[in-house]
Amino acid sequence: MKILVCISVVPDTTSKISIDSSKGFIDVQGLTYIVGPYDDYALSRAIELKESNGADVVVLHMGTSESEPLIRKCLALGADSAVRIDGIAKNSYQLAKEIASYVEDNPFDLILMGKEAIDYNSGQTHGIVAGLLKMTHFSPVMQLNIDGSNLTLEVEIDGGKAEVSCQLPAVLGCQEPIAEWKIPSMRGIMTARTKEIKILAPSIPSTQALISEEINETNRKQIMIPSDQLQVLVDYLKQDVQL
Amino acid sequence: MKKIAIFIDFKGTELSSYTRTLLGFADTFFGSEVAYYLFSFAGPKQASIPQLKGSVIGYQINAGNSLFAETTELRKLGDQISALSIDEIWLSKSNTSDSVAGIISATLGFQIVPNIKQITQKGDSYLIQKSIFSGKATAHSELSSSHFVGIFPKGFGSDSNAASVEVNFESLDLETSKKYSIIKVDTHEGSIPLPEASIVVGAGRGMKDPGNWGIIEELAQTLHAATACSKPVSDINWRPHHEHVGQTGIKIAPKLYIACGISGAIQHLAGVNGSGKIVVINQDPEAPFFKHADYGIVGDLFDVVPRLTKILKEI
Repeated sequence: MKILVCISVVPDTTSKISIDSSKGFIDVQGLTYIVGPYDDYALSRAIELKESNGADVVVLHMGTSESEPLIRKCLALGADSAVRIDGIAKNSYQLAKEIASYVEDNPFDLILMGKEAIDYNSGQTHGIVAGLLKMTHFSPVMQLNIDGSNLTLEVEIDGGKAEVSCQLPAVLGCQEPIAEWKIPSMRGIMTARTKEIKILAPSIPSTQALISEEINETNRKQIMIPSDQLQVLVDYLKQDVQL
Repeated sequence: MKKIAIFIDFKGTELSSYTRTLLGFADTFFGSEVAYYLFSFAGPKQASIPQLKGSVIGYQINAGNSLFAETTELRKLGDQISALSIDEIWLSKSNTSDSVAGIISATLGFQIVPNIKQITQKGDSYLIQKSIFSGKATAHSELSSSHFVGIFPKGFGSDSNAASVEVNFESLDLETSKKYSIIKVDTHEGSIPLPEASIVVGAGRGMKDPGNWGIIEELAQTLHAATACSKPVSDINWRPHHEHVGQTGIKIAPKLYIACGISGAIQHLAGVNGSGKIVVINQDPEAPFFKHADYGIVGDLFDVVPRLTKILKEI
């Protein structure tokens, strides 16, 4: 079985996001980057499946060479090889097209990724990949078991959860508690040094309709209201949210 | 004339509150020069909706299965939408609409814009503000206005006061390829599901004891709000896990979030930053949450919350 795990590289969850106003983008100085936490769950489950059922696990990331230490960490965790598409995706659609194009040339039985990347929070890449490749799609998946080519999944649905079964191939967006996060072993770190990270040029030009984009910090009003003047709060809320 | 597809949801035979507010917004936004195509999954054959200035055609999608995760079915829906020459697709955020949006976008080649906080017209393009980095930042984009799929938080817009009209929903049958089967479905109990609430009242360790939650529930009932809690509170089983809001719990984006006795750890903020307005009630004037609030009240929540409930009951 071949499993592809797509990972995002994002600022650490506890990062304070500030804006570099000269660039109209977040200030990357001092930020620590991590593998997207939901993608980390997806990778951990893929490695568990490799250990229990046997599988070839390939990690795919679209990004710059700065991401390589984190890709190397995924290899240290137990992924067999990695692919880096050398470019920056402008949106979920472009990223999904790149993933789909890679999978068309290199077939996989199962494609896993986090339910969303925690930078742009779109949560759309897996659905678009499934749509492009005409594969079965579920997200967010909280449990994943494989028996032959049959998958049993626990999926979060609106207002609850469902247990479903389906056949491979499939594209799944993952979230906890699908697996426990793993820490690379010393042996894993050593063997990862010799594993291959293939670098590919992006195959599809960006076709986005975006004309311009600027990023600001989300600022709140921070109006303090004395606790004996609650009517003032209610008046504000009547205006703001039509209570 | 623009052709807009809007995915609508029902609660029984009634239009859901967030569909009403989204339709209310669309009506003001587009005016009369628009044709609406309303799509519902498993909704009624006939329903009353607020009168819109544009023309309305309703479709009831029948796909034989209730999860709508089947790519083949959704691709067919994409083809139907394409045959109608739809310019834009609007949806309210949910697990279902996330699946629908992605696969339809793949079929049509439309760009998806999720987490929309604000949208305005500028000539032929749109100015859109969307929430990113779990609400820590906002992206202001200018986008060419056709061929896009917009995903709006539940409760976006405002309810229209327009009179109701009856709309018939034509059946749209999608063949099911039965590539998956449902073994079991569990639904959460509770009054208002957290991700569907347009107002949420959250409480944290400042409540001191799980027996004290009555004042929070009363405030929530008064506002028709859902209740939420912080991670420490669900970790010690004061409240059920499906109420846990934060980085690793549920992410909410109601129009109003009222946080009582929650200090505002960065992991909690990541779950609530998408809220329209945030009110923080906390005894500690140094609580970091005040820096991320629209309105802050320093005070004992056991005094403030019941008084606030009393005023709200009188509205």
